[in-house]
Amino acid sequence: MQTIALSEAVAMIPDEASLMVGGFMAVGTPEPLVDELVRQAKRRLTLIANDTAMPGAGIGKLISAGLVARVIASHIGLNPETQKGMLSREIEVELVPQGTLIERIRAGGFGLGGVLTPTGVGTLAAEGKTTVDVDGRTFLVEKPIRADFALVHARAADYLGNLTYALTARNFNPVIAMAAEKVIVCAESIVPVGVIPPDQVVTPAPVVDYLIVQ
Amino acid sequence: MDAQTVIAKRIAQELRDGMLVNLGIGIPTLVANYVPRGIHVFFQSENGLIGTGAVPEPGMAHKDLTDAGGRPVTALPGACTFDSAMSFGLIRGGHLDMTVLGGLQVDAHGRLANWMIPGKMVPGMGGAMDLVTGAKRVVVAMQHTAKGNPKIVNQCSLPLTSLRPIDLLVTELAVIGFPDGRATLLETAPGVTVEDVLKNTAAELVAPKRVAQMSLGA
Repeated sequence: MQTIALSEAVAMIPDEASLMVGGFMAVGTPEPLVDELVRQAKRRLTLIANDTAMPGAGIGKLISAGLVARVIASHIGLNPETQKGMLSREIEVELVPQGTLIERIRAGGFGLGGVLTPTGVGTLAAEGKTTVDVDGRTFLVEKPIRADFALVHARAADYLGNLTYALTARNFNPVIAMAAEKVIVCAESIVPVGVIPPDQVVTPAPVVDYLIVQ
Repeated sequence: MDAQTVIAKRIAQELRDGMLVNLGIGIPTLVANYVPRGIHVFFQSENGLIGTGAVPEPGMAHKDLTDAGGRPVTALPGACTFDSAMSFGLIRGGHLDMTVLGGLQVDAHGRLANWMIPGKMVPGMGGAMDLVTGAKRVVVAMQHTAKGNPKIVNQCSLPLTSLRPIDLLVTELAVIGFPDGRATLLETAPGVTVEDVLKNTAAELVAPKRVAQMSLGA
């Protein structure tokens, strides 16, 4: 793990990068990283996240700034700008059931070739997908997802990069931290090693590449 | 009593002690206000919380403690939080005793459409497909008609949420079950006749000779 200044971390992210971003309706989103992406005006980004929050909050700021070409999410209902972008085809949107999305990301991070889920069988979510019968039950084959970068929000990181999360700000964060080429963490506090007891660590330090210094 | 209150109070009668329950947004959220006295229910928010409590007092919100709509909530004693993979493992894995969701249409076999109106409203399915597919019991809370048009139809014109039929449909007029895959009138709301229900229902509806009156609890 390497410590890095916010502006340098974001400078590593090229235009057209794919980003997994933690957060659920902007709760548990690494806002400083989002703000810096807007400041440096990274373009044609692919966002992989639960939702696109609302205009002006969380990754909704990236949508508002016109920096997003593609979204993979489960819900965009509270962000009219994403819906507008989808209908005008300025933003390509892939809607994925929430439980399927998180499992596809988990599969990407856990070395699996995908997951079999009963969710979506026989619905629009099954279009173009293979089905498999296991013991008489039908499942959809859902492929793994990975990204170039995971932008993770943690409650605390220790000097090595071990992470803990707060309440419902956990959501997608520990799962995306496993599924990207580079993992960049924004923590609310950085604490000495040992302050986070070993059995309270949710994301182990070795998966973290960069920790933003405050 | 308005339609939403009737629906919420009736659904609250389905709660049992110790159940793990997920409430969708809209009318389903109101069910939490009418939990029968003496029973304890675990409410799950799919953003990663079991033990969801009431809205906090003004000035007491915690930015990292919210419901699935991103609104501040409190956590009850015994609450726990977890990531989204665990949250949907609970939902899809058969650990969720009951889910209560809103609906746009329900067909004669109990199949639900509640996540999009093509060309008009495409918010995404969020957790709805997982909830309807995975919960042990699926209860739909919806108004019987929309602008006078029946929402209970022989075949949904809107995209389905799941092929798995729901277990119970509660409207301000009636309670409808789906034994043997056929929409069946189980109860009518106080002051509502069987004819009222049939008149407002487009699906073929089995109406037994004796239909009970809806209980709205204490």
